[in-house]
Amino acid sequence: MTPELRARLGRLASFFAIAALVAVMTGPSGSNDSPTLGFTQSFAQPYSYFGLFRGQRWMVFLTLALVVLGLHTLWRRGGSGVRSKAQSFRQTFDAPGRRRTSALSALVVVAVVALLVPHLITNPGIQSGIVEQVLAYVILALGLNVVVGWAGLLDLGYVGFYAIGAYVTAWMTGRLPIAAPFHHPVSSFAAIPVAIVFTMLAGVILGAPTLRLRGDYLAIVTLGFGEIILVFSNNLTNVTGGAQGTNPYIPSFTFRIGGIKYLFGNVGYYFLVAGFVAATIVLFRLLEHSRVGRAWTAIREDEVAAESIGINPLKYKVMAFAIGASVSGFAGAVTASQIGVVYPNTFSLYFSVNVLTLVIFGGMGSILGVIVGSVLVQGIAVYLRFYPPSGYQASDLYMYLGALLIMMMIYRPAGLVPSKRRRREIRQAEAGIGHEGDVLLGEQP
Amino acid sequence: MIASILSFWSTHFALMKIEFWYLVVSGITTGFLYGMVAVGYTMVYGILRLINFAHSEIFMTGAFAGYFLMREFVGNNTPSGVQSILLILGGIAVGALASSLMAAFVLERVAYRPLRKRKAPPLAYLISAIGASYFLQNLAGKEFGRNPIAVPQPYGNANVFTVFGAPFNQYDLLVVIAGILSLVALDIIVGRTKLGRSLRAVAQDMETASLMGVDIDRTIMFTFLIGGAMAGAAGFLWGLNSNVGSTMGFVPGIKAFTSAVLGGIGNLRGAMLGGMILGIVENLAQPFVSSAYIDVVAFAILVGLLMFRPTGILGERLGRVA
Repeated sequence: MTPELRARLGRLASFFAIAALVAVMTGPSGSNDSPTLGFTQSFAQPYSYFGLFRGQRWMVFLTLALVVLGLHTLWRRGGSGVRSKAQSFRQTFDAPGRRRTSALSALVVVAVVALLVPHLITNPGIQSGIVEQVLAYVILALGLNVVVGWAGLLDLGYVGFYAIGAYVTAWMTGRLPIAAPFHHPVSSFAAIPVAIVFTMLAGVILGAPTLRLRGDYLAIVTLGFGEIILVFSNNLTNVTGGAQGTNPYIPSFTFRIGGIKYLFGNVGYYFLVAGFVAATIVLFRLLEHSRVGRAWTAIREDEVAAESIGINPLKYKVMAFAIGASVSGFAGAVTASQIGVVYPNTFSLYFSVNVLTLVIFGGMGSILGVIVGSVLVQGIAVYLRFYPPSGYQASDLYMYLGALLIMMMIYRPAGLVPSKRRRREIRQAEAGIGHEGDVLLGEQP
Repeated sequence: MIASILSFWSTHFALMKIEFWYLVVSGITTGFLYGMVAVGYTMVYGILRLINFAHSEIFMTGAFAGYFLMREFVGNNTPSGVQSILLILGGIAVGALASSLMAAFVLERVAYRPLRKRKAPPLAYLISAIGASYFLQNLAGKEFGRNPIAVPQPYGNANVFTVFGAPFNQYDLLVVIAGILSLVALDIIVGRTKLGRSLRAVAQDMETASLMGVDIDRTIMFTFLIGGAMAGAAGFLWGLNSNVGSTMGFVPGIKAFTSAVLGGIGNLRGAMLGGMILGIVENLAQPFVSSAYIDVVAFAILVGLLMFRPTGILGERLGRVA
């Protein structure tokens, strides 16, 4: 067998394997009593394509594998022409003169679409789903981007701060079994700054001793922190209300303007949280190119060199960690008042990995990328939640997110809309230049 | 009066003593299981400098493979004698096989090798590992149901002997024998064979080892095979005593990683020692800490350890596995 033929057969086999895997992933589920049913039905289930074509699922996926293989072969043979065209197309938008106009027009389009969303989607369930699962996650992902993308620290306990923010809100509004800190429970809007301060403090307290650790140990320590918070919020029943969640409902935001009381409904929350998103974006854009942002880049790229020019790495790492934590707590406070109940079972590691996926998918370190990534992934998640296709269970989402993480790391490690700097760093690390590996690996030099 | 007080204390103390030894026995059992899983973490870390997050799902794979064997051959029967022994050996073998294949031919091939070929930065490995862990966990949940399942028991789990009044059952004996045998075998493989020598060489310096003619890919594959086999066997044994389920790997996985760090990461004997210490400490903490918080003990040990003594008890052996 020639190596050429072997490579081809290998490609064929891997395409079939991927097709079979996709068939199982999208197929019906098994259960405890019949663990093989999911597998068999994934291939043998009858399938019809608008009545035009009748068959079984395996035919569909076999065809799909062959089609994709054909396209892949075409791409390998004559793809260079297409690729160069795509490159030149991209360059027309990247040209210095057009860059500003295209960015501006994109901004206008985004703003118009954002304004239209509550009018186009009138189902109140989906509206609140968009607020709590898309907009809140954009804020969360922007916060985690500071920690992972800019400072290069992997934080797997991000959910812990979200939980603290939510519980602080419940506490301030008098919805916990323990007494509220003031005689009169404050409004949930006034709880936001308190939640931010508390989570920032928690970030400093956790970060200051642990950020000396090498990167992968830091991931484990933060994971442990998140799990400890989860265990406590589940079991400290006389403080947190336990697994049942907080009771009674945390009030929604209200405003009194000129004697008229305005209660935030779904649409109100949508615009408010969209405003928060916009404010976060503006703030972080300023932060990115500030002295602090440049210090983070310096530390990420070469910690020793950064230290030698007078940057204290620990200080800036703690700063990034605390900023990320406070953003997470802020999102926790906002969603707590929007949903009205704080349940401990939301605060599992799944949550942190979900947010991490958004940052990785969008592009570490790129604000635009993180926003695009979160809106795409979470938008699809909301869609799947309200219009589940046959065979889809709500918890299957994490399976797809896991697969997405692996695929991004293999094919596009810098993300969908990569930050230019980040892409260059990854290329350099792969070529063995620079010290990024040291920081991210945490082999402390 | 005095007699009543004395009798109260003597019975109470006797109970405490039995409870103490009972906890020690269960601590040793869990300790061996943690150690068997920890070996996989420590070997992969020693060679690739990677926390193999998906190792807990490798553990789960073995548990499910063993469960399916038991489901098929035990069902509603109550086997005994030679049948039991054969079933248990079969369960261990099938669990080890399924896990090692999953680790070496699926996980390593799909999630790590492409990154290694590209010399990706370590953060990429870690994220890929997390993705693989979540993917496998939820795929298993989708296919096999998301509730814990009880494993059909291939044996009666009779009492073998007592340790100061605490029962030492067939299960405990089984785990101890399996643990000791697998660790001795591992020690011999790593220390005495050609494969072990190439393993140590790759851990020390991958580039130089490859220049000396060591096949890097093959060696890494064997690392995953060995670690996976140990985790799979441990997974089957773990499932026998509790349940199997898609999320069963997470907590034992974290604890096994804690054991690996406790013993000094990269250090095989250290991993075993760490597992034993963690298992016993965690069990002895039970009278003092309510069961809901028992995992917090392990997490607190982990966090404290990483902060104050990240090199573990026997010392880190990065670059020289064994």
